[in-house]
Amino acid sequence: MSLSIDDVARIAKLARIRVDADEASAYQAQLNGILGLIEQMQAVDTAGIEPMSHARDVHQRLRADEVSEPDRRAAFQAVAPMVEDGLYLVPKVIE
Amino acid sequence: MNGARWETVIGLEVHAQLSTRSKIFSGAATAFGAAPNTQACAVDLALPGVLPVLNRGAVERAIRFALAIGARINRINVFDRKNYFYPDLPKGYQISQFALPIVEAGALTIGVDDGEKVIRITRAHLEEDAGKSLHEDYHGMTGIDLNRAGTPLLEIVSEPDMRSAKEAVAYARALHTLVTWIGICDGNMQEGSFRVDANVSVRPVGQREFGTRREIKNLNSFRFLEQAIDYEARWQIERIEDGHAIEQATVLFDPDSGETRMMRSKEEAHDYRYFPDPDLLPVKLDEDWIEQLRSALPELPAQKRARYQADLGLSAYDAGALTASRATAEYFEALLAALPQADAKLAANWVMGDLSAALNKVERDIADSPVAPAALASLLGRVQDGTLSGKLAKQVFEAMWAGEGDADTIIAARGLRQLSDSGAIEALIDEVMAANAKSVEEFRAGKEKAFNALVGQVMKASKGKANPAQVNALLRRKLTGMD
Repeated sequence: MSLSIDDVARIAKLARIRVDADEASAYQAQLNGILGLIEQMQAVDTAGIEPMSHARDVHQRLRADEVSEPDRRAAFQAVAPMVEDGLYLVPKVIE
Repeated sequence: MNGARWETVIGLEVHAQLSTRSKIFSGAATAFGAAPNTQACAVDLALPGVLPVLNRGAVERAIRFALAIGARINRINVFDRKNYFYPDLPKGYQISQFALPIVEAGALTIGVDDGEKVIRITRAHLEEDAGKSLHEDYHGMTGIDLNRAGTPLLEIVSEPDMRSAKEAVAYARALHTLVTWIGICDGNMQEGSFRVDANVSVRPVGQREFGTRREIKNLNSFRFLEQAIDYEARWQIERIEDGHAIEQATVLFDPDSGETRMMRSKEEAHDYRYFPDPDLLPVKLDEDWIEQLRSALPELPAQKRARYQADLGLSAYDAGALTASRATAEYFEALLAALPQADAKLAANWVMGDLSAALNKVERDIADSPVAPAALASLLGRVQDGTLSGKLAKQVFEAMWAGEGDADTIIAARGLRQLSDSGAIEALIDEVMAANAKSVEEFRAGKEKAFNALVGQVMKASKGKANPAQVNALLRRKLTGMD
């Protein structure tokens, strides 16, 4: 499997990253390099091996259901670009 | 295609907000109605360097749900990132479960016209809610409140097993009853604690393949769910009969017009690029914990329904109504236990009749009924021992509701004791017969209607207090000369 220039442009758009034309071909080469690596790994016989979903073979620790975070709105909003009525203001988005 | 008979196929995705005190990945509070952003901590805001830590209470509630629907619990389950950009989702992804959800393959039985139907539940997974966008009044800007961001949700996905809007509503109601029953969700639909998405498609009756579906998003009442599905199915049938194909799309229901309208088409559909979240390790569930939760599960609605029919001799309808909520079932059981003589039908009739009518009138929940089960039991005890007729009992109930005291106090204060003294009743009958000679004659000439008129007169003469069964028997004896 390899990615076309159009695939790269689409992935960049989905990730909201601006990529211009010559960058795109450089990324295409890098991404295809990674995919090639994966293809190599896929040649390994993994029959009977349970897949891991994390690089570390340990499990998630759970925390007790307790409220531990105080209200720090004033501190957080002091560094926000725009606030009003306790809300964070962002450029208008309507889907 | 014209004249073909159509079948509607529906699957539901329900987002149940889990009733934890804190958020799924942070220690911020989840209480409803707080001032904007006062319950949004650094993790919820996705400030740099923060890490999610999973809330044990959310996992516990998902396990309880799995046990209640007889589902498989994945002992190892994994959180994934669902990527999309929207300002009320500060991380740029929602933490959800994709390939390995915590709950898979359960079922829920619903009541339908001709009995029961099993609706299969494909999966239920844990995820975090997004924040809220306010599009009005901010000088052309959008206001963002992140209090809801990170609130734990259980997304419950059914198989496309429902065939009408009515069945979809029955399933949604049964699910709502269950999640509130086992205490994992408060079920408050106005506050968005229980939201429904409906996948709807149509196909000619007899066709095996499903039609193309459209998804109706975010229905927050059972009435809207029914209206939206009915409208959507009719719309799809008309489109197909007019020669168009249905295109996969996401639609919104407008309660004002009663119509659905397109939100986004398949081309604009999101590409979420799910992948395991490296910030969270796989979750491993301990057998002892699961067993402990299994043994702590209350008797479930379906089990109670079966028991009410088998052991108490109630009808399927009564058993269904009494298990519509856990509070109703608990009230009924407390009332039945407190009755001097066990009479499930009497208790059921009062809970479903006068009590629920009175509660509905003031929109009050049965759990805070002003007339407690013990108080109602003492009233019904007076019906059982013949002190009160059914009609007088209703009067006493109204007085109890109005706070005039317990049943015996009201009976004494209002002189409502039923008249059961045969001598006194016979005296009344003699008076009424003398004053209504015409009715007496008509009855003797074979007019049964005249009998009812005379009973009415006797009851009136007793100010409603005469024991109706005794009046009937004594009057008939006198009229037919058997006295």
